Amino acid sequence: MLVNELGQLVQDKLTLNFGEGSSKLEYHYDFPVFIVSKDKLYDILTFLKEDKDLSFKYLTTMCGVQFPNAQPELEFGLMYQLHNMEKNYRIRLKVFMPKSDLNMKSITTIWSAANWMEREAFDFYGFNFIGHPNLKRILNMEEMNYHPMRKEYPLEDATRHDKEDKYFGR
Amino acid sequence: MKNIDINAAYKPEGIEGEGYFLTTLDKVVGLGRKNSLWPLPFATSCCGIEFMATMAAGYDLSRFGSERLSFSPRQADLLMVMGTISKKMGPILRHVYEQMAEPKWVMSVGACACSGGIFDTYSVLQGIDRVIPVDVYVPGCPPRPEQIIEGFMKIQHLVETESLRRRESEEYKKLLGTYGIQ
Repeated sequence: MLVNELGQLVQDKLTLNFGEGSSKLEYHYDFPVFIVSKDKLYDILTFLKEDKDLSFKYLTTMCGVQFPNAQPELEFGLMYQLHNMEKNYRIRLKVFMPKSDLNMKSITTIWSAANWMEREAFDFYGFNFIGHPNLKRILNMEEMNYHPMRKEYPLEDATRHDKEDKYFGR
Repeated sequence: MKNIDINAAYKPEGIEGEGYFLTTLDKVVGLGRKNSLWPLPFATSCCGIEFMATMAAGYDLSRFGSERLSFSPRQADLLMVMGTISKKMGPILRHVYEQMAEPKWVMSVGACACSGGIFDTYSVLQGIDRVIPVDVYVPGCPPRPEQIIEGFMKIQHLVETESLRRRESEEYKKLLGTYGIQ
């Protein structure tokens, strides 16, 4: 199946089941991307997994993203990538939300594999996954008191002294 | 028989005669300790690969009495930290150090272990001397085996010459106190 046929098939199914305008279809290179609303994401993912024609049974990956220069309600986002292994269909879904509301329903009930990935998104961006069985930091040390991939924090370690100007005669 | 020039092992100062040799006890202990250091390799990245070369036949660290690596901190004399230590790893490294019995020495191998190296980032410890005291720093990214051996010889020099009672000195206790280690 051609990529744009796959995109159209999924788009039609989503429109049929979730109403007009429930998802916005884009193509990034040869990859169909669906931008969906935050409150419908959980149901859409369930549908994509359970539907007989689509049966996206495998969650390839998911992660958080931040676009600091975007308008506030599109600043933070989550990306989900799905795979139908029988027919080799691959699609991507995205949701966006403002910084003031980073709550998201956990999809660990659909795919157990999302457990660690959601913990990672929590660790680095501070997304709050409602219903996650064990939402704590996964990669950083537990004492860390901020979410380091957020663009408002410096990447460098604040305690490092060997780059101070006095060592370079500045 | 041909007269072969043998490069004999180092001998401390003392009084020598037919069939006997007299010297002080601390020199004998220093000599013994120096030539039988058991290193604990705490290797986390590429410096560890250089250490493997240092241990292997080409560079042969066992020439210095260290063919026996100790993978248990309880039997090790020298903690060799080789590679990037993340902040999450910091408490584990400290735990390993605390489990080692006195006397013990620490060698920090490579730019990452010494200062964080190129990893000036939120997740990496900017030098292991923020969690444990270090005796010898070996620079390099990664250092060549020759450099590691030189660092090792510097440790040997410390082991041989330092007072046997250094570890009970006020200065040493104060140093450990700054790290919060009893």
